Amino acid sequence: MGKRTVWGKWWYKFSRNPLSVVGLGIVCGIVFVALFAPWVAPYPEHAGPYVNYGEANRPPSFSHPFGTDAFGRDILSRVFFAFRSSLLMGLVVLAIVVPVGVTLGLVAGYFKESWLDVFIMRVTDIFLSVPPLILALAITSVLKPNLTNAMMAVSVMWWPWYTRLVYGMATSLRNEYFVQSAELLGASKFHILFREILPNCVSTILTKMTLDMGWVILIGAALSFVGLGEQPPKPALGTMVSDGARYLPEHWWMAVFPGLAIMLIVLGFNLLGDGIGDLFSLEEA
Amino acid sequence: MSQPLLELQDLSVHFRVYGGYLRVLDGVNFRVAPQEKVGLVGETGCGKTTTMKTIMRILPQPPGIVRGGKILFKGKEVLRMDTGEVEQMRRREIAMIFQDPTAALNPVFTIGEQLFDAIRYATGKETDHRFLHEVAVRALEEVALPDPARILTNYPIQLSGGMRQRVCIALALACPKELLIADEPGTSLDVTIQDQILRLIHRLAEERKMAVILISHSLGVIRDWTERVWVMYAGTIVEEAETQELFARPLHPYTQALLRCVPKLTGEGIAKGIPGRIPDYFDPPSGCRFHPRCPYRMEVCSREKPRLYGTSSHQVACFLYQEGKR
Amino acid sequence: MSIPLLEVRNLQKFFFTTRGVVKAVQGVSFTLDAGETLGLVGESGSGKSTIAYTVMGIYTPTGGQIFFRGKDISMPHEKRPLALKKELQIVFQDPGSSLNPRRSIGEILALPLSIHGNHRPGTREEQVRELLRMVELPPEYVSKYPRALGGGEKQMVAIARALAVEPSLVVLDEPTSALDVSVQAKIINMLVEIQKERGLGYLFITHDLSLMRNIAHRVAIMYLGQVMEMAPSRVFFEKPLHPYTRMLISSIPVVSEDEEKLKPQKVIPRGEIPSPVNLPSGCVFHPRCVEREERCSREEPQMKEVEPGHWVKCHLTGA
Repeated sequence: MGKRTVWGKWWYKFSRNPLSVVGLGIVCGIVFVALFAPWVAPYPEHAGPYVNYGEANRPPSFSHPFGTDAFGRDILSRVFFAFRSSLLMGLVVLAIVVPVGVTLGLVAGYFKESWLDVFIMRVTDIFLSVPPLILALAITSVLKPNLTNAMMAVSVMWWPWYTRLVYGMATSLRNEYFVQSAELLGASKFHILFREILPNCVSTILTKMTLDMGWVILIGAALSFVGLGEQPPKPALGTMVSDGARYLPEHWWMAVFPGLAIMLIVLGFNLLGDGIGDLFSLEEA
Repeated sequence: MSQPLLELQDLSVHFRVYGGYLRVLDGVNFRVAPQEKVGLVGETGCGKTTTMKTIMRILPQPPGIVRGGKILFKGKEVLRMDTGEVEQMRRREIAMIFQDPTAALNPVFTIGEQLFDAIRYATGKETDHRFLHEVAVRALEEVALPDPARILTNYPIQLSGGMRQRVCIALALACPKELLIADEPGTSLDVTIQDQILRLIHRLAEERKMAVILISHSLGVIRDWTERVWVMYAGTIVEEAETQELFARPLHPYTQALLRCVPKLTGEGIAKGIPGRIPDYFDPPSGCRFHPRCPYRMEVCSREKPRLYGTSSHQVACFLYQEGKR
Repeated sequence: MSIPLLEVRNLQKFFFTTRGVVKAVQGVSFTLDAGETLGLVGESGSGKSTIAYTVMGIYTPTGGQIFFRGKDISMPHEKRPLALKKELQIVFQDPGSSLNPRRSIGEILALPLSIHGNHRPGTREEQVRELLRMVELPPEYVSKYPRALGGGEKQMVAIARALAVEPSLVVLDEPTSALDVSVQAKIINMLVEIQKERGLGYLFITHDLSLMRNIAHRVAIMYLGQVMEMAPSRVFFEKPLHPYTRMLISSIPVVSEDEEKLKPQKVIPRGEIPSPVNLPSGCVFHPRCVEREERCSREEPQMKEVEPGHWVKCHLTGA
């Protein structure tokens, strides 16, 4: 008979699916590398304004595992720094989108069939009906192209998904006996929305947030691919891919490695997302 | 005694969980004779459903693990059967009906489609539609459902709870079986409907010379509809007897306490319940699993596990009655 | 004669659906005094739960009135003043879903206290521990979550929560139907003791007649939205007059010979329970009644008091 600790239980639940552990490893690796890029990257100065045509267009080698780009900059180091803007975009967008979207969804769902519900959900429908990438492109092209505006643009088109998600859950949860019990005791609406209903949505919301990190980063890469995100000389994964695409197929490493980095981020968060869902499920270990 | 139809010998089943095992079944001994109507009584969590699932080989393994013991059906070892034999057993020999008829029926298929499937599997005969229809109608008539032809075209949602339970019985018994396992039949239905369902099961069992395992937590139901009762507590059988005998002279302290807790029509009030709670299977009590809650416990009860001991009409697993102590 | 705690007068509740009008409750009247348990018994579709929910204000009456201590309270729950909300509480059938799985027992019990209980002695933690003590649960349970508790324990938490606000009337809708008999015994005894201590009125709903016999002072049996018979408990069980009552009591599975002798002659239940959308004409029970006469399908019988306190709605009984 073994010991049963709280952390141990969490790990047991999480590790039932080995892929989740892989996802956790990938994400931790990326976060570590992004946080400590100035110390971990072999050539940190290459992430800024640096030019050395003598070292340009070198294929992958021991000193430059991802090769160098047209300006002679080490691609591996630039990828590490690019992770920073990617992760930052993901975090900022979610930090804005989740509170707004979830609150609207809770309110609309609980007060279903009131004017509040109709108003909120129709606005949500409107935002959802515009193709997301088009909306993001439209916004960023009107404003100055930089990371901040890219984050704003993605936020504007991302919040409705959370509203929809939580709306569905709130409409069914409000009929649960424990919600009725709280109402019958005389609890305030604030309490019912945020202390009774919301905790039952957290598992799904967290899973979606984890998956969304990958997707937001991907959209961010798409925006920087067309030049509407983080501006040079700061490195961004999408920009690196578009710059490198011009040199295909001879200097293939310039596009392929940043592309693989994008894929790795999305994969990592997707795998982790599955595990997060398991972690918060109500079953006992 | 002639060979029992179904026999469990010292069956032990554990579940792998975080940090160890849940030792749910701890040496279960159980027997059903051919055509016998047997009751299995026990409260929530005592392991009755786990036992039935292990018999039918539908226990998910992992996390379930059979740690020991044997299950013999008509002399063959169930746990060693290959897939083909298990399927044969489920299609032709043992039938099972569950507590909630609504959950047991697939809501997106008609009754007819589900019944045809059951018949096909049971008879192994192929898809002569007219034959299937005939057998299906007869099956529905057997369970006293009016207008069977129309019911075949209905979806489960269009029927009442009692009718759904009858359909489940028809599905289970579409072709003759030797053993019917009925897990809390009619419990979710009204008492008059439950009465009809139990009556129906009894009639079918008599007509088809079928044995029945009636699982229930209602002692009254067990008393009315069984010939022999097995009382289960915390993964082990604590007492078994012919039904009349058990209710007239309950021996095990748990059985006695349980009977005292049943509300009586005579209105004499209800006992205060049994102190303590059901054991934690992760760290179960040593020796007799009931001893922490037993008013008569002795020193030996926490050391050794008592075995079933007694006559052919009444056995009890309790040190109060062993070695001539009482 | 003092004012009854609860009075229901000619209560009607209809639901208007696309399939027709569901007349869940049609003209039900009864009173309940402090310290008394009134049992409502009946099968599905009888309307007993509807009455409970209407008394609580979850539904609004379509007709008739509900009085609490003489004041009309026939309004939806949201409109009731906070002081009234605390007077009537309900315990639901399914303990699994009446406790929020994402909140700890301590948080669940603190809620009613934070809304209503600020005048009590001791800190919030002490009050919560006091509630746990009242239902004989160990104080460590404060930090546990509902999934760690058994069905009976969850129900005890639900009861403690209802009692935390110090109501005068508690509606119990099949509180032990989903529980084992030994757990039920513990809870019922606890409820009876608390009732004696605090003089609470209980509106107790169950389909289990044996249980009703041991907990209710008076019993009313319902069928398809109407009360068929109402009497003090002993009279109800020893001298049932309505054919439906006799049918139900004769179908109860019992565990001893003494009880068997008490049961009326066996009436084999026949037929299905009709749906409340399509009510039979005349007496609503006549299609399933083995003693029915010709006029039972034409004329609806009146509720008559055949002996003091014993009311029956049947053509075949009474003067």
